[in-house]
Amino acid sequence: MDSGPFYPRDRGWHPPAYTPGYKTSMTRAPSRPLVALGSTLSEETGPVFGRDMLGPRDNDLVLNFTGEPALGERIIVHGRVLDENARAVPGVLIEIWQANAGGRYRHRNDGYLAPLDPNFGGCGRTVTGADGTYEFRTIRPGAYPWPNGVNDWRPMHIHFSVFGSGFGQRLITQMYFEGDPLIARCPIANTLAPEAREALVAPLDMHRAIPMDALAWRFDIVLRGRRQTFFENRAEGL
Amino acid sequence: MSGRDYLRETPSQTAGPYVHIGLTPNLLGTRVYPGDLGTSPIREGARGERITITGTVRDGAGMVLRDVLLESWQADADGIYPGGDPRGPADPNVTGWARIAADFETGEWRLETIKPGRAPCPDGRPMAPHVALWIVARGINTGLQTRVYFEDESEANAACPVLARIEHKERVQTLLARRVGAGDYRFDIVLQGAGETVFFDL
Repeated sequence: MDSGPFYPRDRGWHPPAYTPGYKTSMTRAPSRPLVALGSTLSEETGPVFGRDMLGPRDNDLVLNFTGEPALGERIIVHGRVLDENARAVPGVLIEIWQANAGGRYRHRNDGYLAPLDPNFGGCGRTVTGADGTYEFRTIRPGAYPWPNGVNDWRPMHIHFSVFGSGFGQRLITQMYFEGDPLIARCPIANTLAPEAREALVAPLDMHRAIPMDALAWRFDIVLRGRRQTFFENRAEGL
Repeated sequence: MSGRDYLRETPSQTAGPYVHIGLTPNLLGTRVYPGDLGTSPIREGARGERITITGTVRDGAGMVLRDVLLESWQADADGIYPGGDPRGPADPNVTGWARIAADFETGEWRLETIKPGRAPCPDGRPMAPHVALWIVARGINTGLQTRVYFEDESEANAACPVLARIEHKERVQTLLARRVGAGDYRFDIVLQGAGETVFFDL
């Protein structure tokens, strides 16, 4: 089991809390500085999830709602979860959620006029393998409008929630699709500097596409690394 | 590797207003899984004092967030964490983790758990009993980390190295859950402005 303190987060790489282009952030951003100190056991430990809690179709959003296939562009989304030391992070829970092919979410608060797909729920989950790999099958979500600017549209995206081996690694992010012209126009994507934003853009992966069935996109995820405390823990003289 | 031999952490993005689709689908009535994860941090038989913590999350305009989602993480009654604590195994009936969506109508959130014991800082000094909270919502670009401490643990609070790091001492009280009844605590979170809750970079 991993232990030891986490590397501090690079808060200049993550989005700032206060990003006026994304209007809701203006009243939901703390105005006082974060109180900073090194991680403690409270962050270095975290919940453990086993593959045994998963159902056989939990990572297949094409079929996991009713068993009948959802409408839209069938895709595989896959990748690896690594830490900042480039080590695979096995056994971590990944949960995703997304709109359907028309950009409509199955949520009581989404009133967009595009219809629901009766065979699409919009959530999936999996646990990474021993080499940190994961895979989902889903349909490509549509873009949708949102009340921010007068004519703002979210790019196609999939929300990702990722656990690590410690609660201090907890991360929620969004995956975008290579080549989508809405990414550069999106106030939420633009809460990030261009280089950081690029880290969320999944490239098309033809090697993983399934001929006559599904295209594929690759999205690797990096979690906070842990400081190597090996030498500090060594007994005197070793 | 960006020239440093290290990878860079995947940057955060907001959880958005529809976070429940992915994290609490059964709360929405979407039956993809048999049940939602993290409905309780304890099981029957967990040792320790049963407590309830309730609260709201308010924005800088004083409005209660009804689309906020919190996760909690805590030690067992002896201060041992369930997930990978190097000191040994925790109470098997304490999973330590809960996921709490605010009520869609009122914005109230509620955690039923046991009061955690004290765990040590890396330097060995004991922290006061606390529950770690992670808060995500529309408009929050990176999940906010805070901690619930308890106002009736004044001796432990006074000795807690984490609370001691808060420079403006009057802000410590934003982290103290108020005791409103036997085993009942109130912890209201203010994201911005007067009485702003302390958030951590840990």
